[in-house]
Amino acid sequence: MYARRRTASYSAGLLGALVATVLASAAIGSVDIPPTTVVAAVLNGVAIPAGVGLAIADLGLPFVDASLPLPVPTLSTTEPFSYPVGSTDQTIVVDLRLPRILLAATVGCGLAAAGTVMQGLFRNPLADPSIVGVSTGAAVGAVAAITLPALVPLGLEPMAFATGLLTAFGVYWIATENGRTPVATLLLAGVAVQALLGAAISYLLINSGQSMEEVVYWLMGNLHAATWSDVEFALPVVALGTAALWAYAADMNVLLLGEEDAHHLGVPVERTKRILLALATVVTAAGVAVAGVIGFVGLIVPHVLRLVVGPDHRILLPTSALAGGAFLVAADTLARTTPEVLPVGIVTAAAGGPFFLYLLREREVHRL
Amino acid sequence: MTDEHRAESTGDRPRSTTERTPGHPTGVSPAIEVTEVAVSYGEESVLQGISASVDAGELVGLVGPNGAGKTTLLRAISGALDPDRGTVRVQGQAVSALSSAAASRRIAVVPQEPKLGFSFTVADLVEMGRHPHRSRFQAPTQSDREHVRRAMERTRTAQFADRTIDDVSGGERQRVLLARALAQDAPVLLLDEPTASLDLNHAVETMGLVRDLVAEEGVAGLAAIHDLELAARFCDRLLVLSDGEIVTDGPPSTVLAADRLADAFDARIAVESAPIDGGRTVRALDEPAIDTRVHVVGGGEAAAGAIGRLGEAGADLSLGPVPEGDRAVSTAEAFDAAVVAVPRFCAVDAGAIERARTLADEAEVVVLAAERVGPDAPAWRESARAAQRLVVLDGTDVGREAEDPEDDATSADRLATAPRVGREALPDVVAALASGPGTTPEETARADRRREATLADGGEGAEDHRGMGSDADGGHPSGADAIGEAGDD
Repeated sequence: MYARRRTASYSAGLLGALVATVLASAAIGSVDIPPTTVVAAVLNGVAIPAGVGLAIADLGLPFVDASLPLPVPTLSTTEPFSYPVGSTDQTIVVDLRLPRILLAATVGCGLAAAGTVMQGLFRNPLADPSIVGVSTGAAVGAVAAITLPALVPLGLEPMAFATGLLTAFGVYWIATENGRTPVATLLLAGVAVQALLGAAISYLLINSGQSMEEVVYWLMGNLHAATWSDVEFALPVVALGTAALWAYAADMNVLLLGEEDAHHLGVPVERTKRILLALATVVTAAGVAVAGVIGFVGLIVPHVLRLVVGPDHRILLPTSALAGGAFLVAADTLARTTPEVLPVGIVTAAAGGPFFLYLLREREVHRL
Repeated sequence: MTDEHRAESTGDRPRSTTERTPGHPTGVSPAIEVTEVAVSYGEESVLQGISASVDAGELVGLVGPNGAGKTTLLRAISGALDPDRGTVRVQGQAVSALSSAAASRRIAVVPQEPKLGFSFTVADLVEMGRHPHRSRFQAPTQSDREHVRRAMERTRTAQFADRTIDDVSGGERQRVLLARALAQDAPVLLLDEPTASLDLNHAVETMGLVRDLVAEEGVAGLAAIHDLELAARFCDRLLVLSDGEIVTDGPPSTVLAADRLADAFDARIAVESAPIDGGRTVRALDEPAIDTRVHVVGGGEAAAGAIGRLGEAGADLSLGPVPEGDRAVSTAEAFDAAVVAVPRFCAVDAGAIERARTLADEAEVVVLAAERVGPDAPAWRESARAAQRLVVLDGTDVGREAEDPEDDATSADRLATAPRVGREALPDVVAALASGPGTTPEETARADRRREATLADGGEGAEDHRGMGSDADGGHPSGADAIGEAGDD
């Protein structure tokens, strides 16, 4: 159908843009590496998970030689080894830059997808992924883990993830009465809880002493400490969560008509809201836990994409996610190449804010 | 779910003798069956034990004053709210026992004020009607596409399928919502004020479409409509809801009786047969401004106009003698006036004249209103002349007295000298006269002087109060002006 073709073409285009941004970003840094070397290094890196296949390929080498034209895929996995990449370049690209870039892409995807869902669910253009308090809750956990390491049983990231989820659940619980959760109550409860937790963060902050800088960097959103283990944690959560949200795209479209209408069109409203909120919250918490509080991505990217592809979540959700990933990779590249090595949150806000204001003036964004 | 429901939903349904509707295999007796449904919001009871049913192929109008519970009843039927007690069954199945998807495959709802604040295309929106029929990972099937196409064709929305919903007019938007409901392919169609935001033209068009769709698709239609005339014109049956109870249930012709509606709406209401389409016009009236007993002599548009104006103001009316089928008769009946009608083209018999005289004598004021009251209308002349207090509607040609040999000296110029009043001022003047002494020539002269005084001091002098009665002053500033106008003749 028409919608599917549009989804496929937009998504393919944005996926290409995301891959291009990732590769370009990997080339840029304190040491500039030629794009071809980057691609080669990345492909070399890609071969690492295929190590199991490699062992088989080693055994089968004589056979490959014997029947060269047929098993082409087997040949391509062995190809990276033929790229001559300097070990320094290989290390810079695969061990230093790639985890950070992929983490940026993952977090960007997750925040944009969660933002799209929250805006649709709340039918409010100001909704963002942390509207139910995920980010603030995660921040409390993270700041506590940094400033009071003796009292906190978990590491920074698990702690942030856990407190983020806990806060969102608490807000949902507060806003629920008789099995119904009006979105307006949810929104206000989120605002109130965020204000309360903001006070806790401020209190921890003024008592943070030596670790204040680390706290501030975390609160501004920062990817500088990215490791492969962060990617291994966040990527599956975000990918699965976003895919699950996408499965609910049609229900979200119907929910946009209002809850009563949605009920009349066969959407079990409260259950669907719960599922969407839970998925979006987990995706957001995963992103915030590894990258800190990165604002604007989840607010602005869905708006921009809505102007481009329209309100249909079947198209909007995947395109927003891909665009969010590309945007955060680009913003983080800019952030780490500035002389001061800024936290990425400053770049997203500085770039996203004015762009959004420009859109507001140019296009009428009065509603979703 | 009670045992009774379970038995029914497992297929143990009573055999239906009604014809099965094509396309909806479960044409079991009433498509919608509401039994003793009660709903309250907190302490306030909104529906108190409603029982009603709607059959397939029938369009039933749900009418009643604001706050009567129309929307609440529709929501209880659609399953959007759970009634405190009572059951709603659709095709024999209790709605409360159905999942949202299952319920929305049976019940389609056209909402009152659609929140369409986003730019879905018309086609997208109609396609959403297929949502309850689709599983999460299933692409739209051929049947889905066929239903959408057909729904858009039926509602004439296909031509703007690719426009966004923001870019279509209110009437078109209502058709889009109707198309969405049709695409839902449900045997029950509920409409909540489908014409509330439409102008008359589009309201008629939309209701016509709804009526045709209900009849042709064989669905059971239940529409909350605040416009009584529209409801009476398009619905097969009307349910009048008042204070959470159904006060009347029947065909429009019997339901639209002034007294029944007056009870339901707690208002003064006039119902008149509409000559255009044989329907009925229903008018809610202002609070009565006067309570004067008035007899109208005359006929035609002039008398109808006078009766309409006086009846609207609250006067207790009678009319006669008047030819049968005269325009004034239907208007008089709309206001429950006593009418002395005589056969057309016959001499007026003495009995009729006597009855009219009695009515005129009972009246505080007699109004003469006709296009022409010539010597060929002796019955009118005589009835008017006998009046204690007479007012002649402006524009009534009373003919030349000399042509009337029966006129004696005192009554010769009675018709000519009686105060002449415009239609708009009638209630005020009538009320003023009723409390005054009469319209003998001397009284008329005094009334003239009063009028001048009234005009001179802007209608607020003491004379005004004494002469015109309390009903005529204050809230009716037009009264004084109108009397002045009348005096110009």
